[in-house]
Order: sequence, then C-alpha cells, then structure tokens
Amino acid sequence: MAEDAKQLQPDYAKALKDAAFAALIAFAILLPMVGFKTVQNIHNALVLETRFSWLAAFVAIFAASGFLNSLYLVPWREARARQTKARVPGKISQFLSRRFAPFALGFVIVYPAIALLLAGTGGSLKWIDNFGIQILIYVMLGFGLNIVVGLAGLLDLGYVAFYAVGAYSYALLAKTFGLSFYALLPLAGILAAFWGVLLGFPVLRLRGDYLAIVTMAFGEIIRLVLINWIPVTNGYAGISGVPRPSFFGIPFNASDDGFAATFGLPFSPIYRTIFLYYLILALALLTAFVTLRLRRLPIGRAWEALREDEIACRSLGINTTSTKLTAFAIGAMFAGFAGSFFAARQGFISPESFTFFESATILAIVVLGGMGSQIGVAIAAVVMVGGTEILRDLDFLKQVFGRDFDPAQYRMLLFGFAMVAIMIWKPRGLVSTREPSVFLKERKVISRDLVKEGHG
Amino acid sequence: MTPSAATLLEVEHLTMRFGGLTAVNNLSLTAHYGHVTALIGPNGAGKTTVFNCITGFYKPSEGRMALRHESMTGENVSAADLDLLTRRGERHLRRKDRALYLLERMPEYLVARQARVARTFQNIRLFAGMTVLENLLVAQHNPLMKASGFTFFGVLGLSSYGKAEQAAIEKAQRWLATIGLADRADDPAGELPYGDQRRLEIARAMCTDPVLLCLDEPAAGLNPREKADLADLIRSIRDGHNTAVLLIEHDMSLVMEISDHLVVLDHGVKISEGTAAFVRNDPKVIAAYLGVAEKDVAKVEARIALEAAP
Amino acid sequence: MEVFVQQLINGITLGSIYGLIAIGYTMVFGIIGMVNFAHGDVFMVSAFIALIAFLIVTAWLGVSSVVLALAIVLVVAMLLTSVASWAIERFAYRPLRGSFRLAPLISAIGMSIFLSNFVQVTQGPRVKSIPPLVTGEFVLFGEAYQVTLSYKQLIIWIVTAILLAAFWYIVSKTPLGRAQRACEQDQKMAALLGIDVDRTIAITFIMGAALAAVAGTLYLMYYGVVSFADGFTPGVKAFTAAVLGGIGSLPGAVIGGLLIGLIETFWSAYFTTDYKDVAAFSILAITLIFLPQGILGRPDVEKV
Repeated sequence: MAEDAKQLQPDYAKALKDAAFAALIAFAILLPMVGFKTVQNIHNALVLETRFSWLAAFVAIFAASGFLNSLYLVPWREARARQTKARVPGKISQFLSRRFAPFALGFVIVYPAIALLLAGTGGSLKWIDNFGIQILIYVMLGFGLNIVVGLAGLLDLGYVAFYAVGAYSYALLAKTFGLSFYALLPLAGILAAFWGVLLGFPVLRLRGDYLAIVTMAFGEIIRLVLINWIPVTNGYAGISGVPRPSFFGIPFNASDDGFAATFGLPFSPIYRTIFLYYLILALALLTAFVTLRLRRLPIGRAWEALREDEIACRSLGINTTSTKLTAFAIGAMFAGFAGSFFAARQGFISPESFTFFESATILAIVVLGGMGSQIGVAIAAVVMVGGTEILRDLDFLKQVFGRDFDPAQYRMLLFGFAMVAIMIWKPRGLVSTREPSVFLKERKVISRDLVKEGHG
Repeated sequence: MTPSAATLLEVEHLTMRFGGLTAVNNLSLTAHYGHVTALIGPNGAGKTTVFNCITGFYKPSEGRMALRHESMTGENVSAADLDLLTRRGERHLRRKDRALYLLERMPEYLVARQARVARTFQNIRLFAGMTVLENLLVAQHNPLMKASGFTFFGVLGLSSYGKAEQAAIEKAQRWLATIGLADRADDPAGELPYGDQRRLEIARAMCTDPVLLCLDEPAAGLNPREKADLADLIRSIRDGHNTAVLLIEHDMSLVMEISDHLVVLDHGVKISEGTAAFVRNDPKVIAAYLGVAEKDVAKVEARIALEAAP
Repeated sequence: MEVFVQQLINGITLGSIYGLIAIGYTMVFGIIGMVNFAHGDVFMVSAFIALIAFLIVTAWLGVSSVVLALAIVLVVAMLLTSVASWAIERFAYRPLRGSFRLAPLISAIGMSIFLSNFVQVTQGPRVKSIPPLVTGEFVLFGEAYQVTLSYKQLIIWIVTAILLAAFWYIVSKTPLGRAQRACEQDQKMAALLGIDVDRTIAITFIMGAALAAVAGTLYLMYYGVVSFADGFTPGVKAFTAAVLGGIGSLPGAVIGGLLIGLIETFWSAYFTTDYKDVAAFSILAITLIFLPQGILGRPDVEKV
C-alpha cells in the first residue's frame, strides 16, 4: 500500500534528470545537422551558416517531452501494463474485421459523388485522383502483397518489381502493337506472375530475412535494368504517351466520338478520372474477392499452414515449393494488374516510380494493417498514403513558418517517422486477430499471439 | 497380433552420418501391417534420426528403405521387383493395386503423399494459430486440391469442391470424436491443453490416410489417465485402419503394453530386438539403460535389489 | 598489367570502406538477428557530421594541420554518430525486441527513410563537395608504369587496419566481447548469468556506428562529395559484403567488403560502369541462393 502511494507521487527530481538527459542527447545529435547548415557561397565553396535558435528550440522540445514522459507517460504506461494483463484481445480489431467492411465499401462507392458535391467539378479532380485513385492503387498492391506476406508468411521486399513488370509490359505492348488496355491487363498480370515464378523459384528455400534481402536485390536489379536498358525502356527518361484506357471503346477526349460527345455532356477531364476511380476500385475488389475465395480453398489453407509450420506441412504431403510459388505468382499477378493500371492512368512511366521505397511502403501497409487482414490493409493504405498526400497541400503552414517552408518536403520525413511510431504503438498491426477460414458451430476470432509469422 | 503379418516397411543397413558423427549405424528393421513396432533406446541413441530418414526429412548416407503397399487381397510386390526397382534407380514401382516405394529416394512430402507415411513430432508441430478443424483440413490438402481443380475451378466456384470439403469436414469430425475433442473444433489448436494437442497431432496425421504412422514420443508430458487413452488410441489405429505404427517412446510401461515388436538402439546401433518379454530381460538392453558394461549388469542389478530391500 | 594493379589498389580502398560498414550489419545481425536497415543511412549521416566538423575545424578554428584536422573530425564523427545510433536503438528498436519478428525490420526501414529525409530537410538536397583534403601520391614500380597509390588511399588502409585491430581486440579479448558472444548464443541464459543484455546490445549498435562513422569520414575524404541519398547503395553493398563473408562473422565482413570492392572496381574497369550496381546485387542474390552461410559462416542445419 505504502509503495503504491509512493508511486502515485510525481517524482520531479527524476523527471528533471530525465529532461536534462534528453536535452543532452538531443543536443549531441542535432548540433551538427540542425545547428549548422552547409551552403555554397558565390565561389561555389561550402560554408557554414548557424541555426542555433532552431537548435535551442529543438533541444527545449526534447527536454520538455523528456520531462513530461518521465512524469506522466511512464507511470501511466506502467499502470496500464499492470491492469491489462487479462484483457480480451482486440475489441477494435474485431469490430474492424467483422462489421466495418460494409460501411467502408458503401463509402468508397459513393466517394466520387461526395467529392463532386463538396468540391465541384474542378475541385473534386484532385480529391478523386490524388486521394481516391492513388490510395486504391496501394490498397490493391497491399491486398496482393498480403497474399505473399500475410498469408504465406514469405517476406518479400521486392514486390515493386512485379508492379514495374506490369507497368512496362502494358506501356511497351500498347505502344508497339496498339493493343487495348482490356486485352493487355490480363497479359500484364500473366507476365508479372511469370516473373514471380522465375524469381521465386531459386529463392524460396531461403528463410526469413535472407528471403527479404534477395527479393529486395531482385527488385533493385529490375529497376537498374529498366534504367540501363535504354533501347527498350528509354532509361531514366521513361516512356511517355502511354495510351489511356477508353470507356469500353469510347475514348475520353474532346472529339465527336469521345465520351462526353457520345453521352451529350460538356467535355471535362473529370469523366475519365471518375471512370479510372471505378476501374481501380473494381480491380481492388476483385483482388479482395479472389483472396477471400483462396483463403477458403485448400491452397489458401496450405499458405497459412506454411506460415505456421513449414516442416509440419511437408510431413502432411504438401509440396511447399509449389505452394510458395503459387503465392508468389498470384501476388505478382495482382501487382501486374495494378502496374498496368498505373501506366494507363499516368500516361507516363519511368524507373523513378519503382524504387525500393515503394516496396517498403507496400510492406509497411501490410504489416501495419495486421498481416492477413484485408480491412486492416485498406485502413493502413488510407492512413499512410492519404496522410502523406494531405501534406502536399497544407499551404496554411506557409503562413506559420514563412514562405520558404515547403510542407511537401516533410512528407517522407513524417512517413518514415510514422512507420517507426506505428510499429512501436502496434507491432502486430491494426487488426490483430485472425478469422478462421472454416468453422462448425461458432466463428471464433484467433488472437495474433497464437498466429505465427512465417519463416521466410 | 498375427505372427505372419505381411511386411510393410523393410529398412536395410541404414546409416546416417553428420560430418564425423555417425548417428545411425547399419540399422535394419522391419515393420508389419497390423503391428506396433517400438523403437527404444537411451537419449541420443539415434531414434529420431531413424524417423527423419524414414519420413524423408534426412537423406540417409547409406541403406535401403522399401515400403510396400499390398493389394486388397493381401498380395505384395515380389522380391524380384524390389531388385528391379533398386537397379533402375527409380523411386517407385506400381503393379495394379500394389506398389513399392524406395523411401530414401523420395523427398519428404512425397513420402507422405505417395508412400503414405505420416508422422508426429517430439515437440508437437500443430498449426497453433489455426483452429482444430483447420488443422485436420490441411492434412487432407492433396485430395482437396484435386477436388478444387487445383484451385482454378475452385476460385471460379465451378467444381464439386463443396461436396468434397463437406466430406473432409465429416472425416475430421469423426477423428475429433475418436480423440474426444468434438466440441473444440472451432478453437485455435494452440489453446488446447498439452495432452489434447498430442492427440490432435495424431488425428491430423491419420487424416492423411497413412499406411504407416510414425509417433515420436507421443506420451511425453502426459498424465497416467491420458497415457491410458493414448494406448487405446494407438491400438484402435493399429486394428481399425490397416495402419502399421512405428513408435518412439521412453515410457516403458506403455511400450511394453502396446508393442508387438521392439527394436533397441544404443549409440546408433541395434543392440537387441524381439518381443517385449525378450527385450526386457536382455542384459545388453539393461546395460545400455543403466550405462554400465554388459558384464557388470548382474552386479549392478544385485546392488539395486539390495538397496531396494528394506 | 598496370591497369590490374591500379584497380587492385582502388578496389582494396573501396573494399576497406565497405568492410567497415559491413561490420555494423554483421554484429547487429549476429546478436539480435535483425537486418539493421538504417545502418547505411547512419553511415551517410556520419559523413555529413564529418563534413560539418571539417568545416568548423578548418574555417572556424583555423586548424591548418591536415593530420590534426582529420583526427579531430574522425573522433567527433565517431562520437556523435555513436550517440545517434544509441538513440535510434533505444527508441526505434529496443521497444520491439521480443515482439513480432517483422516489426523491427519495418521500424528500421522507417528509420532509414526518416534519416535520409532528415538530412535532406536540414542540409538541402544538393550534393555537398569539399576541396581535396589530402593530395599527393606514390608512383609505384617507376614512372614507366602509371600505377599510383595516393596518400589518401594509404590513409584509408592504415586507419582501417588500426581500427580493425583495435576492434578485433575488444571483441575477442575483453569481457565486453565475451558478453556479446554470450548474448549471441542465448540471451536468456546470458541474462541469468548476470550479463546486462540491453546494455550489451546497445554497445554493439554503438560499435557498429563508430566504425560506420570511420567509413563515413574516410568516404568523405576519398571522394570529397556526399549527399543525403548516399546511404542506400553503399549500405546495400556493405550488407552484401556481410552476407558474402558469412553473416555473424567479423573477419568474414572484412573479407566480404574487400571482395565486393574488388569486384566493383574490376567490373567498372573491364566491363561497363552502367551495370556495376546490378553486379553487386546479383552477387548478393547468387551468394544467398548458393552459399547462404557465406564464406566464413556456419552452415545452418534444419532442425526437424
């Protein structure tokens, strides 16, 4: 009892000590990078400018947070850790995984209409394109990678390679042979799946981080080949003038047989954007639907079993190599679909769009969503991609920090920070339960603490 | 026990070396249809290595392991066919409804799928994050894959997959009833008590319809009541499913109770073989377990008897 | 022939830098089984710290002796990078120890993105260049053969050799090194025997960062340029070196570093520079596929 009372007393001396320590560390780390700025003078030589006021401000912030952390956050966390030992796992995640999907689906279907109503034809373009389409592309990629990482437990850091294969397949075939988007979409998927098998075959016996690193290497090799194989890919300059998808044969342009004229509407770029929105929505839903189906088929159960215990799988007569390859190929196929959509939507592609950073983003979305959970992945894509998109147009910040301040610069900084913070906050992801694929009487959710994450 | 039961598995001159260490040395043993064959020996004798060789997880350094599937009428593949297969360098030979497999030439998943050898593991390898029912369905992966048209038709919803899955679930339920877990089908396997997990692992292995079931210390960690249930389960598997059982176990009372034939290993070498009564009284076996030289067995036994006396 | 010898010298120089970075990867992987993805960016940050320290020492403090300036810059870079690495381990990795296996990897990737963008935001996106610090060279085998060993290459060799020797001594002969090896084998057991596991792991990160800072300083001195994006590719190559040498093995990391440096310079000299990074990545993939334990690593036996 006495001890409890003592712990409730705020310990100011300790808090001050922690604050001083935080300030010292912050000073040491930030002194070179924030305290000084290297700039080129008129003789093109590097000179230093000082920013000691900035440094002081940052150190003060760190000291204050060290103080508050020690005084309030640490006791609060300790208290919570004491009382939540027997907490039932994941009320929120149960709600998200069971009841949230219909609302989310309804919202994404009417989203373009809401955007049009609120922002008008001109203003909604940005909301539907930058937010709607952009996020949905990542949702689809997340769903695809979820098969590989979330279900089969294979850590793939080179997923963007298959996205690139899909994009370049569509761009090159459409420009060279003039084939339509609808003919090339499945072909791009098949080509990506083929590459998935080709790259997957030699590496799938590797485990854990090794598999991650080899897949990363393959992703980088494909990007470097795209950069250096100039006769075909045009290198860094990329491929422009990639044909846009039509409305099932009717092009979106201002001509007489264009979409607007055919339907007697005034010409506007918004129709294409809305069409593209529903196209990627349909593709993402197809991915989700197929994944749901696969989970209930023997192959899906074998993937999950593989994630749980590969040796037991082999003892039950499951060919783990072909099972893994199937996961790799199907995941790659969806990336190929998404890639060809991306190329058709942009009209321009270059290797810049397929860097390691993209793979990391998609993987972060899958892990943050809660591996294996589709709704979790969708929410994570909204948070990570939508969040950084919003930073692009926070112009009011310029009024706070001065005109030189460009919020877009801080996008990636905050993105990286968010990845770390979210992992520490919820290392198992937003949806931290697993739904069984089959049940007799009652569909009980399974706590992630029981679910394994795979060896490779 | 039928003394003239047909041979299912014939292991000849099996040797397994890891670098300089010989874990199993020139071991020969046979397992018969309708028998429980126990593999016993002190810790580190190489028993699990033998299992890993038979189930294809290790490629033995030397030796032949022939497994015969007999026909419904009890006919077997002839010795001439075995020689033929050995010479040809192939994995298996099929004669109408009979078949012969050379396990040392097969990868582990084919040993399970084609030769139909199932196993459990010393340190229980259930799919802990999947439900009990899911565990038993994964075991029926291969027939279900076929029924789903290797996924293609399954995704399109075209095939009679639903019916096949229903049959698989019913089979799983029958096994759950057998091991007394019928009401826990929807619970995650990792939440079951230890003893239930052991039995579930056996049921999962049985869902692959094996001809040979290899149990690696199934009684470890069980209480006496659970051990008695386990003995019943193993006997019912032996008698009711035309399955031979190969058993590694340290609990001697269980081994002596249910085994038809015992093979004793020490330091990778077979030191004794025979019925329970024979092996129990073999001085070589006693020496191995007591860790003394064979000639001292009588002396040590006398001392134990002396100390045990009041 | 002279091309060959010249490339050999250049390759060993580059390889020394890779080797120094590779040690950080290999030690952290050895002790907590984690690929510290941000290590390449720690290297980049250290090069920036060295850059700023160099400007302060020469322009502000007016130190004119190159050796003294270099020594001060090296010590400052090692010190500050170590503090930064300690903080990263404390806040981004330690809370995730013992949890979900992917979480530290994602956290490290996030930290890598954070670090490179932090430098971009605070120091600007442009490539920073400084005038050559050390000039002059030895001409080997007489004037007829155009093979030179520049003073800066020699400095890199000497500094690398001294630090590796000191480092090897710490790891193999001191109680700290013993604690590290104990944690590598079995953290729980090490903790039961009274080893402060958290502290040992933190020191491992600090040691890796200090060596990365040496590499960063030498890199800046050798090339005279650094940019915020310079963390990723050297990082991956150093990781390749660690894998090639056998991850977990310290001499392996150095040998791997030298091999990668040599392969890269010879590839550029005899084939084409366009695909030199493809070569590095291909070596990484091929090594992992055909020789996953590396040159000096122990083979991993599957436990059934």
